[in-house]
Amino acid sequence: MLIHFLKRLALTIPTFFALMFITFIAIRLVPGDPVEVRVGERGISPERLAQFRAELGLDQPVWKQFLDYVWGILHGDFGKSLVTNEKVMTEFFTLFPATIELSFAAMMFATIIGIPAGAIAAVKRGSRFDQTLMGLSVAGFSMPIFWWGLLLIMLVAERLHLTPVSGRIDLIKFYFEPVTGFMLIDALLSDQKGAFKDALHHLILPMIVLGTVPLAVIARMTRSSMLEVLSEDYVRTARAKGLSPARVIGLHALRNALIPVVTVIGLSVGSLMAGAVLTETIFSWPGVGKWLIEAIGRRDYPALQGGVMLISAIVILVNLGVDVLYGVINPRIRHGA
Amino acid sequence: MSKFTRTALGLAAALAVVAPGALAAKTLVYCSEGSPENFTPAVNTTGTSFDAARPVYDQLVLFERGSSKVIPGLAESWTVSDDSKTITFKLRKGVKFHSGVNNFKPTRDFNADDVIWSFERQWKADHAYAKVSGGKYDYFADMDMDKLLDTITKTDDYTVVMKLKEPAAPMMANLAMDFATIHSKEYADMLDKAGKKEQFDQIPVGTGPFSFVTYQKDAVIRYKKNPAYWGEKALVDDLVYAITSDPTARFSKLKAGECHYAIAPRPADLPEIRKDAKLQVISQSGLNIAYWAFNVQKPPFDKKEVRQALNMAIDKATIIRDVYLGAGQAAKNLIPPTLWSYNDKVKDYPFDQAKAKELLAKAGVKTPMDIDLWYMPVQRPYNPNAKRIAEMMQADLAKVGVNAKLVTFEWGEYRKRAQQGEHQTAQLGWTGDNGDPDNFFFLRGCSGARAGGQNITKWCNKEFDELLVKARSTADVAARTKAYERMQEIQKDEAPDLTIAHSIVNDAAAANLVGYKMAPLGSHHFKGVDLK
Repeated sequence: MLIHFLKRLALTIPTFFALMFITFIAIRLVPGDPVEVRVGERGISPERLAQFRAELGLDQPVWKQFLDYVWGILHGDFGKSLVTNEKVMTEFFTLFPATIELSFAAMMFATIIGIPAGAIAAVKRGSRFDQTLMGLSVAGFSMPIFWWGLLLIMLVAERLHLTPVSGRIDLIKFYFEPVTGFMLIDALLSDQKGAFKDALHHLILPMIVLGTVPLAVIARMTRSSMLEVLSEDYVRTARAKGLSPARVIGLHALRNALIPVVTVIGLSVGSLMAGAVLTETIFSWPGVGKWLIEAIGRRDYPALQGGVMLISAIVILVNLGVDVLYGVINPRIRHGA
Repeated sequence: MSKFTRTALGLAAALAVVAPGALAAKTLVYCSEGSPENFTPAVNTTGTSFDAARPVYDQLVLFERGSSKVIPGLAESWTVSDDSKTITFKLRKGVKFHSGVNNFKPTRDFNADDVIWSFERQWKADHAYAKVSGGKYDYFADMDMDKLLDTITKTDDYTVVMKLKEPAAPMMANLAMDFATIHSKEYADMLDKAGKKEQFDQIPVGTGPFSFVTYQKDAVIRYKKNPAYWGEKALVDDLVYAITSDPTARFSKLKAGECHYAIAPRPADLPEIRKDAKLQVISQSGLNIAYWAFNVQKPPFDKKEVRQALNMAIDKATIIRDVYLGAGQAAKNLIPPTLWSYNDKVKDYPFDQAKAKELLAKAGVKTPMDIDLWYMPVQRPYNPNAKRIAEMMQADLAKVGVNAKLVTFEWGEYRKRAQQGEHQTAQLGWTGDNGDPDNFFFLRGCSGARAGGQNITKWCNKEFDELLVKARSTADVAARTKAYERMQEIQKDEAPDLTIAHSIVNDAAAANLVGYKMAPLGSHHFKGVDLK
């Protein structure tokens, strides 16, 4: 088991370095540098431009810039944002809790609904429920997030007044300083009456929007994997032993069917981050997705690179975690390793 | 009295004490478009950052709310010497810096030391704060302050003398700009001693109508009323900037009552806002210009008739209608009509393609003629879609026998090449900084016509340039107005460019928001604004 884990861990190191190199080059291939983007119609004198470039180290050859950057990262230094002069790490970890809170809620939403729905559809294969669910899941999977978010805002928040439009808390009614950065926890800690409920209210729409695609994927995956398992011999044996249908499905079938589903959940962390970029923009959610988009616009190299590296590291680690979890769910894998 | 009654009475009494305060506290929420870089305007360049700093700060002189007129601010009055090279400021007495922000408790009122400190930070490389927060003072440099300033000294605590190297009439307007914000030297010294200089630009202390409370990146900025403010006081108790970068979400929040004022709604949403009785549109013509420049150093644009002909060949009205979607007005001068010295007598060229063809023939141009037409790759405040405009121009030009090839580059490259004069014709524009006409007309001056200069028409007219220099060196507004009016006539006749449009800036607000005056310079102010 330990060896399996260490092997997987060792494999992430080259992945991480390759990513670092690719992002570094890709960012520099985008036209316009941070100094030029800052300058408006007025333009900038060549002397001032040269001076600023030198201050930012942009006058160095790219390979040297890259080595300096790697050297910094190996020392835990991701540099400072060119826009705010704050350390990239500080900015990232100030905003990251909001992204985690949202992604976690979306994932909970997707799994809690997706797994049972997929399982029921499989058990009642061909029923109206099954057909409706599969139809919806195709729709959910192909839903453009931006459109879906705006649609829900218009319908649920504007027309029906069931939820707030955007943000994380009612700014007029509540005011407390963040302690953990997780609004739900901070609202509880604040001791302000109604704050937690309000924060929860604010979370509903973005959670649904970000959770829609994973929900569709999980439901479909659970269904097909369940169908496969249900036709296995051991399930027939379990039935023949006279076990109750609940026990057969819940214990014997679903547990085995979940293995590919867990993989999918792990892999969706990546796409969840991509979805978070859009969701955060629509719902004014102060997370790292929105922050990265702005960093692209301003060619804030350190913020962009640091942000991409940190997010990739997290996605890689989550997938590593999933691999380990795999072993827990399915002993065959760890014994085989 | 039973225990229950006592408790109930006690609760009621407590509520009676709390409730009036709670009910009376008025909070104004502004749905802003983004996070500030930090809170010191001198080191920033974006309107978003200036808007975030504005509630907290004052300058020596201010722009009157809703206009670009310069009025007294932290300087109660000022005198300009006869040679226009010495300005003496009398400072306002009894002005307090905000107390309690970042544990700062001022021990003295605002005085001359604060003024000198604020300018020297941007000016002197050996200043204790010169390198803090990146140390790039773009506006200070762009407004040529380093070239204009000779000395800034104090004769006593409430008198500051500013000596200039040359007369500069736009100086007072420069001093009302955000970069000329006055900071507390005492606060800076306190942080310096504590080794926390970087906090100076993150946690602002000023003299403004609101004091800073808290900022959470990409989420919210909070301010509270400064009851000790020396000037027009804030009418609400709390001011909240709810950072909402998506315009559709801002509109939705406004409709749902989650904010009272929203910056820049999408033009497509304007009709709905106008129809809604609970909302209002607040508009103002923007202090900007979109133009199409002819490079007069490249044939055939060295010929005046050709430039005039192309002015007649373009259907400007359709461009305004289809590209600006109601958020723009046709421009006949370089400066917008809201700016003083605007010459309304100037007549724009009519849209007359037959006449255009005639003029081209008269100039000896053989048609079909090939030219290039550059368009910006980006959206600008004065031009929502340069590519679309270029395509419409291309179609119009084809009708007079001119084949325009559309060209563009990456934005930084575009500006650089246009300033070098590599184009035949190119679109560009300008957004005014300070409401002084000089801040527009310098764009057609001879000093900018050199390669790499800002005058991308590369047009250098002797009379125009002499008037420009003369107007800059006198404080006499009547004389300056006369000069600028004449310059607009020259420019129209010589036609180094085709002035396309001034945009109209729209914001949206709740109907119960009163007292808001939109600033022509695009800034947002919430003093004197109330909720009914």
